[in-house]
Amino acid sequence: MKPLNSLNEWLDHRTGLPTAIRNFLYEEIPASSGWHQVLGSMAIFLFLVQAFTGALLAFNYAPTPGEAYNSLRYILTDLTAGPLMRGLHHWGASMMIVVVVLHMVQVFLYGAYKKPRETTWIVGVVLLLLTLAYGLTGYLLPWDNRAYWGTVVTTKIAATAPLLGPYLTRLLGGEGSIGVVTFARFYGLHVLLLPPATTLLIGIHVYLVRKHGVAPAPGDELVPRKKFYPEQVFKDTLAIFVAFIILFTMAVVVRVPLEQLADPTDTAYIPRPEWYFLFLFQFLKIFPGSLEVVGSVVLPGLAVLTLILVPFIDRGKMMKVTRRGFAMAFVTLAAIGWTGLTAAAVATTPKEAGEVAVDYSAPTDWMQLSAEEMAGVGYFRQENCKSCHAVAGSGSTIGPDLTKTAIHRNAAWMIQHFKSPAVVRPGSSMPPIQLSDPQLNSLAAFLLKLNPDNATALDAAPQFAVEGALVYQSNGCGDCHKVNGAGMDVGPPLNGVDKRRSRSWVEDHFADPPKLSPGSIMPPYKLSRKDLDSLTSYLFSLPD
Amino acid sequence: MDDSRTAALPHETPGTTRRTFYVAAIYGLSALIGAALGLPALAYLLVPPRMRKQSQWAEAGDIRQLTLHTPVEMTFRRNRVDGWKVTSEKSTAWVVRNAGDQVVAFAPQCTHLGCAYHWDQAKTEFVCPCHNSLFSIDGKVLGGPAPRPLDRYQTKIQGNQLLVGPIEPAPGQIA
Repeated sequence: MKPLNSLNEWLDHRTGLPTAIRNFLYEEIPASSGWHQVLGSMAIFLFLVQAFTGALLAFNYAPTPGEAYNSLRYILTDLTAGPLMRGLHHWGASMMIVVVVLHMVQVFLYGAYKKPRETTWIVGVVLLLLTLAYGLTGYLLPWDNRAYWGTVVTTKIAATAPLLGPYLTRLLGGEGSIGVVTFARFYGLHVLLLPPATTLLIGIHVYLVRKHGVAPAPGDELVPRKKFYPEQVFKDTLAIFVAFIILFTMAVVVRVPLEQLADPTDTAYIPRPEWYFLFLFQFLKIFPGSLEVVGSVVLPGLAVLTLILVPFIDRGKMMKVTRRGFAMAFVTLAAIGWTGLTAAAVATTPKEAGEVAVDYSAPTDWMQLSAEEMAGVGYFRQENCKSCHAVAGSGSTIGPDLTKTAIHRNAAWMIQHFKSPAVVRPGSSMPPIQLSDPQLNSLAAFLLKLNPDNATALDAAPQFAVEGALVYQSNGCGDCHKVNGAGMDVGPPLNGVDKRRSRSWVEDHFADPPKLSPGSIMPPYKLSRKDLDSLTSYLFSLPD
Repeated sequence: MDDSRTAALPHETPGTTRRTFYVAAIYGLSALIGAALGLPALAYLLVPPRMRKQSQWAEAGDIRQLTLHTPVEMTFRRNRVDGWKVTSEKSTAWVVRNAGDQVVAFAPQCTHLGCAYHWDQAKTEFVCPCHNSLFSIDGKVLGGPAPRPLDRYQTKIQGNQLLVGPIEPAPGQIA
């Protein structure tokens, strides 16, 4: 310990840092301090997690529309721990909002904003607004449909602000349309302006907390005060740890979806803001027509102003939290209002008709497969090939690894082998596959495509697409149509049909083609509801 | 923290075991959080990205244009995976046809410091203009500071087309 001590002394003499840290940690706090005061530390911790994961994401991110989307997909599909980093950043943002609001509610309920702590409260309100600003600007950065349309609505709301509207629109680069300029502004705000502003304000906030001391409960003055370290620091750390476990679990378990690349021509998309803005979104609906500005700007503005003025409105003496009935009632009402509006917004969100939910945060190599190969994936899954064969080095070792291209030889050999394995390969214990010739063709076509590099990516093919391809194959759609360049040219190619037609149109069209496209020679197809669903979903998921 | 000093504070003495527990928990939990963030971050930055499947072979040119034992500079386009982008870029190879239709394609950079070298027909040597490294027609070092023979592309011949693949060191050299 000797050398450590002398290093400590040396540092202290030169910088004063060890003494400063000691003073910080051995600050006296009221005897009543405890678990209800951990939220501020949690908020700071979450801010640090956001800064850390944000910087890591920025290392592999190109902040321009289009490129942003591609680079994020690269993070999600090509990089180790990329989905984890994005998950932490995404859920960390939500969690930060929750914790910051809870922190505020605690301070409000305890009346900790009262004289002389008014400025601490006001800085806190500004920090809440900054946290929301991160949410608003960060929402655009993935540049998928959700991000794009959400931001279109946001900038339009800003435009309705009385007097300031046009200037705000210009500031946000949202004149005309959302494009490179808006994107650059949002990114600049999100990573260049907001973080230093937040850091500075957190510094001021903590300084003010230290200057006035942690707010004591009434009657606390008579009880001996205690030290911040180690008991309260322990409570803070444990609370942070629990929050972190929840955050980490969410980042691993709950996949953050990435929708398709932002498409300004998409007329079917139904934009929705992030969950913590849903109440505002719903609130807006209460005010029709020319009154809209009241719901979008005036009332939210007044609410913020009221929040700032709270310490000047309530100037009474400190009271026990249990006697602050009015504050309790206010918080309860606000919570009920928020929950009601949010629930209403969720309930009125229509299921997106016509949209097929393809998760672009997973590899989409399967999209390039022809319908025949895609159906092969279906037979591969049906016949449970993986119960005996390894795929890309993992799985059963009874049969050979199916990604080893050497064992594929050619389709003809494979089909013979599927039918009578023991004849083609004496000694093979593989049972014959009971499928028709076209089905075996599909299976062979898929296996020929399979290699160690794409195995996991192809494994991500969603079941609806696989089932749709099976319906496509069994009805011989490829005899007239093309999918991904494979098939015939009698009918129109089917890639991009989701852009040309609505889902209901396509479904009705199967039943009676000449009715919807006069002159069509396509025969009617009587498909079961389930087959109709999978086939349409499959066709709508094809790349354009 | 300086424990000997703080433990001596008078009102702390009865709770020494509890205090030790607090301090241990603070450090322990912080270390766990640090590891849970730090290790994935290292993996994120250091593990190479998943290889995206694409053909590594590019058509370099027609081998009928080659005369025996005369290096020809062939330029061609090949795709390079650069993060989330695949870029098509111009590449060159010094191609030599040897007896028995054997073709060798040398990578266009000197093995010393990566300068572009050229073939000197008069001296029948590859000459690097930077530090005067000299290589023979089969890529061996004849002089200068070059530490190893010229690197080569993997090659395949399809019909009359020469296909070049990834660059690798000359046979017998360790990468």
